[in-house]
Order: sequence, then C-alpha cells, then structure tokens
Amino acid sequence: MKVELTSILNAFLGGLMVGLAALLMLFLNGRILGVSGILGGLFNPSSWNQVWRYCFVLGILSGGLILKLFFPESLENTVVRNDLQLVLAGILVGWGTRLGSGCTSGHGICGVSRLSPRSLIATGVFMAFGILTVWCLNRWGLN
Amino acid sequence: MNRENMSSFFCGFLFSIGLGVAGMTRPQKVIGFLDLFGSWDPSLLFVMVGAILVYALGYRKVKKMAQPLFTAEFMVPSNRQWDSSLITGSALFGVGWGLAGFCPGPGLTSLSGLGHSSLIFTGTMLVTVFVFERWRLRGTSK
Repeated sequence: MKVELTSILNAFLGGLMVGLAALLMLFLNGRILGVSGILGGLFNPSSWNQVWRYCFVLGILSGGLILKLFFPESLENTVVRNDLQLVLAGILVGWGTRLGSGCTSGHGICGVSRLSPRSLIATGVFMAFGILTVWCLNRWGLN
Repeated sequence: MNRENMSSFFCGFLFSIGLGVAGMTRPQKVIGFLDLFGSWDPSLLFVMVGAILVYALGYRKVKKMAQPLFTAEFMVPSNRQWDSSLITGSALFGVGWGLAGFCPGPGLTSLSGLGHSSLIFTGTMLVTVFVFERWRLRGTSK
C-alpha cells in the first residue's frame, strides 16, 4: 500500500468539488448528474434536442481545456495500453454504463448518497469487477 | 442562453475541474486504486468520501424543496428494483474501467487534452453509446 498525504488532500478537495457540482445539478435543475445518462440522451430522439445536455458536455470539455492549459499533469496518462485494449475498454464502458443505467457519477456518487438500492448494487458490482480486472492484468503482466 | 443551460454548463465545468484536482483523470491513479490486492493506492477513496459527504448532506435539504430553482420538477429515478441489466451492465463497465483506468466523466474531460489514449477510448465509448441507443430503440419498436 502506498499513501501520499497530498494525493489524499487533492482527492478529498476534488471530491468536494465533484459533489458540489452534482448537488447543484439537482438543486438548480432537478437532475441527477450522471455522465453516461446525459451522453445517452444526446443520441436518443426523445431527448437529443435538450440544449442543457450539450451545455453540460461543453462545460466538461471546457474544464478539461483549463486543466490542460494550467494543470497539465492532471491529464497525464502513464498507463501503457495498445489501441485494441483501449477500443475494447471504450466498448465495455460505453455499453456497460448504458445497460447498467449509470456510471461512477450517477450511481457511485448521486445514487449511493441517496441510498438507492440499485445504485448501491451497481457500485458494488463495478468496483468488484474493476478490482478483479486489475488483479487479472497484474497476473498476466499487463500492468 | 437560459438559466438551465447556463447552470448545466457550470456544473459540467466544476465537475471536470474537480475530477482533475482529485486525480480521477490520471488512469494510473484509478488503476492504483483498483489494485486492492497489489500496491493499493487508497487516495481516490477520498474522492468518494468528499463527494458523497457534500451530496448526501445537500440531498436531505434539496429533497424538501417543492421544485428545483430553475426547472419545473425534480427528475430523480424512483425505480428501486434491481434486474439483470443492472448487474451485467455494471460488471462490463467495471472490466472496461479496470482495463483503461477511465470512466465516462474523466474520459470526456481528458478529451480536451487530445492525448492519443483518451481520443481512442472516449471516441470508442461515444460511438458505443450511440450504437446502444439505436439498439435499444429497435428493441422497443418491435
């Protein structure tokens, strides 16, 4: 186990910001901040014309740009994966989050906070499979 | 631009900056966090602690409001029944998350960095979400 105090403080501070963003989404707009659900709605004829979805995505991308310009190490990726593995991961995350009706934000933060049974189960399952996957990758020498 | 759209932009912005500050946009941190039986890096646990703390406390207050500030009604899922889609989907997501170290929010945030991995991962994820929505619609029209 490796523990760095600054990592923990950054994680907590970032977590407060993430929680505040999700809470504001509920308080101001009455919606759950779930990234996969908001993305899914962009490709659904019944909701693709909801402008707020595009505004949210644009907000995320703008935040990413600010990170890139002023805090580039925050977007640093040292994990070595080939294109095939990245494509496979993209398919699994895209399909899995839509089939499971949520991801780390909608289930992991909003749902767990609301003690939604579905979200508690989903979060337990994706955490367990994430841990299992990393364990397998370690054993196969991929990490 | 109306208040709903402006606040959505702001929430997305604050959310992605928070992910960046927290370390969620660095896949090596995510994989370190999931490496529970190896060299476990517990720091990202505190992202959940911080976020859930704010949301859970705030939710208790917001729940008592008749309606949100900018829109007509709350749209919070009321379904409490679990089903096989929830389990299968979450399991598939977990495998992809452990493989690349990206989940949807950080994937989208990292897109702005134009890094090769995030372009491939998030690009594929977006195409997959599109295909999923088509597939689901086909299922309901039959």
